[in-house]
Amino acid sequence: MARPPPDPQFVLRGTSAAVHALHFSCGGQEPDVPILFSGSENGFIHVWNLKTHRVGTTLDGHGRKSVYWVETMDGKDRLLSQGRDQRICLWDLAEGRTSVMDSVFTENVGFCGCSLLKVAQGRWLMAMAAKALEEVQVLELPSKTSVCTLKPEVGAKLGMPMCLKLWQVSCGSEPLLLAGYEDGSVVLWNLSMGEVLSQLVCHQEPVMSLDFDLEKAKGISGSSEKVLSIWSLNEQQNLQVHKTHTLVNAGISDVTIRPDKKILATAGWDHRIRIFGWKKLKPLAVLDYHTATVHCVSFSDHRKPSERLLAAGSKDHRISIWSIYTQT
Amino acid sequence: VSVIPGGLDCSISFVSHILGKVCVHGRQKEILSVLVPRLTDLTKSDCIWQRICWRLVECVPDRWMEAVVLGFVQRAPGADVLSRLLGNLVVKNKKAQFVVTQKLLLLQYGYSTAVLRNLLGYLSLDSLRRALLIKVLHELLETWGSSSAVKHSPPEQQLYISKAILICLSHLKEPEIETCRQELLMSMMEGVKCHLDSSLPQIRRLGMIVAESISSKINKDGPVLKFQYEEGDEERELKSLLVHSPPLSVVPSLPDDDRSEKAEAAPMLELESDGKSSAVAARVVPDGESDAELDSDDDLIPYDMSEDKELKKTKAPVYIRDCIEVLTGSEDVDKWEATVKALESLVRKNPAAAREVSVELAKILLHLDEKTCLEGFAELRQKAQVAVLTTDPIPVTQYLTSQFYSLNYSLRQRMDILDVLVLAARELSYPKSRGKTKLPAAQNPCIQVLPESGSSKDWRRTVDERIKSKTRRFAKGQSQVEQPSGPNEFNSVAGHFFFPLIQNFDRPLSTFDLLGEDHFVLGRLVHTLAVLMYLAVNTVAVTAMGKALLEFVWALRFHTDPYVRQGLLSCVSSTLLSVPAEHLLADVAEELLETRSWLEDVVEKDSDGDCRRLALQNLLLMENLKKKLKPAPS
Repeated sequence: MARPPPDPQFVLRGTSAAVHALHFSCGGQEPDVPILFSGSENGFIHVWNLKTHRVGTTLDGHGRKSVYWVETMDGKDRLLSQGRDQRICLWDLAEGRTSVMDSVFTENVGFCGCSLLKVAQGRWLMAMAAKALEEVQVLELPSKTSVCTLKPEVGAKLGMPMCLKLWQVSCGSEPLLLAGYEDGSVVLWNLSMGEVLSQLVCHQEPVMSLDFDLEKAKGISGSSEKVLSIWSLNEQQNLQVHKTHTLVNAGISDVTIRPDKKILATAGWDHRIRIFGWKKLKPLAVLDYHTATVHCVSFSDHRKPSERLLAAGSKDHRISIWSIYTQT
Repeated sequence: VSVIPGGLDCSISFVSHILGKVCVHGRQKEILSVLVPRLTDLTKSDCIWQRICWRLVECVPDRWMEAVVLGFVQRAPGADVLSRLLGNLVVKNKKAQFVVTQKLLLLQYGYSTAVLRNLLGYLSLDSLRRALLIKVLHELLETWGSSSAVKHSPPEQQLYISKAILICLSHLKEPEIETCRQELLMSMMEGVKCHLDSSLPQIRRLGMIVAESISSKINKDGPVLKFQYEEGDEERELKSLLVHSPPLSVVPSLPDDDRSEKAEAAPMLELESDGKSSAVAARVVPDGESDAELDSDDDLIPYDMSEDKELKKTKAPVYIRDCIEVLTGSEDVDKWEATVKALESLVRKNPAAAREVSVELAKILLHLDEKTCLEGFAELRQKAQVAVLTTDPIPVTQYLTSQFYSLNYSLRQRMDILDVLVLAARELSYPKSRGKTKLPAAQNPCIQVLPESGSSKDWRRTVDERIKSKTRRFAKGQSQVEQPSGPNEFNSVAGHFFFPLIQNFDRPLSTFDLLGEDHFVLGRLVHTLAVLMYLAVNTVAVTAMGKALLEFVWALRFHTDPYVRQGLLSCVSSTLLSVPAEHLLADVAEELLETRSWLEDVVEKDSDGDCRRLALQNLLLMENLKKKLKPAPS
């Protein structure tokens, strides 16, 4: 008979607010401690020490407004965070410092998390929702110069961008952006020309989150409805629906594919985390621990496969850490 | 059979005589199978040959005209060919006219659709003949609209007439429609009423389709009549007749290789209410499992996901008395929905508690209205009612059977009572397997109770299978694994189910008259009694029930509704099958003899094919019983 689903390896408590963003930084060598960054609704960013399971530092930079995106730039010393105070902050965390080095005022009042892509040594591209309703702006970091602004054509009625993913086929090739919009479509943008390469209506409701596997040119998106949509990109850069999967309960807040492309995790409004095999979307496990909506899931970047972890942050103020399918 | 020789001035009438004589002797097939194709080719372009052909048929003496015309109509590959071959025969010759317009359409009904098409197409192709077409249409509509025809003529004939009407309609042109619009409308209204009154679903559907077609023809731009019915093959075929297709050169199939255009293939009505509770977990079985492709996903073994169910927002009450409170008073719709969903399992898990409030629950459930748009509400309610009935049979049965005959219930509610009684009886009479009330998979013929269906086919099929299994009396015996047997729970209560229903059928109430207008409910009641009788096999009361049932059947045996008669015949079958043969001969002998004479009558004279077949099976059953009881020759 099938084994019962595993329990979390441990649970991080102490945020005292709903957790909206998570990011691991565990790739460092000894004596570096594996770290988990979490952004909460009360505006704090907690830096968790995964050896002691305690909060190392707390960063307060968004005026107590909810933090909904955190990501590191090149290791755990530089952190980007985005909050509902319309600011993206760049933190300097080296040697115990906790200061905001730089910030970008986005003038955007939405919830769309940014997407970061390293294009060259010391150069990054960051895509973010811009001030105007339907637009996405791409900035180059650390210079903060605008590379392009992606405006859908008049009458496209895409709505707000809900989730973004920057990617490039290989280092040095031209970067592309996948954006999920409020009307349920996923659009592939060409940044150099600033135009739409392909648009696909995947859902009847807003796309809440998406992730993309560039090796297989296949992506997955989750929405507020019951359907997960898997789509692929063919040679002509066209998006096509590959498959859909119907869930038991509606609503997905976050979906993420593990870096080894073997499994993926979804964070559900029904308080459950679901694990699927990425190849064929075979349901593997349903992790039922949280007592409120799970807002975010994230896989760790441990070098050793057996140490890999999955973290899930929920509205019930807890972050659950799981060790699942680590043998492959 | 020789080919007509060339030469323009030879006498045709001799050949006509031969043709006529041969046809009348029944040899139409042979001679016409050669003649018609030849003539078709010859007359295609040659006017002279056409005239020869016309002379040929016109010269056939009247007494043989019918056979010849019939042969031509069946053999011709299309309406235009028929037109070339026969010319204006129908206008010139009275006998031919009678055959074509009256006999083939109204008096006989065995011909295929293609023949009808040919015939009516032929009438429409010439202006002289069109007047006949209109006349034919009027007569067809008159027959279609007459209520006695609908009640008494066999369904096959009604199908035939409906097809003819539709084909006529397809040939009508605008100015003609204009002139007959009023009459079409009036006949349609009358005809629809008679058809919808019928208890047989097939007749109702025929009525609906023809009415829709007429309405679409006369109201081309305005609002059109639209009915709701199941689209089966027959319906699609009928609708396709309305479209005037160009003459096809397809040889119409002859009567003996006719396909099943007859009413035999009446499609089963599916449950109109979507009983499936598709709201619950739709766990998708991944397609990947069927792929033979080896991939590394196979290394990943899934965990147990059986707890992954739909998230419930409100909790259903856990005690039955709470359920009663919610269902009678509560304004909270979510709670109400959750209660309705949970009620059946609660009742089954707490039989003692359920027994205390059984009649109250039954009352509430009988009057329960659908408050919200809950999927599968009808089924949930019915299941709860059955659960209550089986938990506390006697008081609840008394309540329900008394309510069946009470004032101020809708027909729907009365039929619900019958359905619930049958389902509960079925559950009680099947052996229980280890405490779980799971009904055994049907190696025994399962009686399907389709709540919305009025078809008698289910009962008949059951009886058929039962007969089959009965006649092979040396059956494999205990080949199936025996379930642990328990006492037959239906035994003690069978009488309570049966007798109250049968007692008051002839006492009309102000709102409910079984013997009058509500004959559809009477039909359902009769079918219910048949099932209850069948389920009462091996109970103590079965002989008394059998006697009462046969008397009941005798009282109603001349009922005009074929659905009721089919039910009565099922009752007889059930009685013959359930009452042990010795008891039948000892206690029920006179009723048996009377019934038998009635059955013989039905086999010969009843207009409904199903009734005749059921009667025949019953007679066979009786024969088998007699043989069984004859002492074996020593």
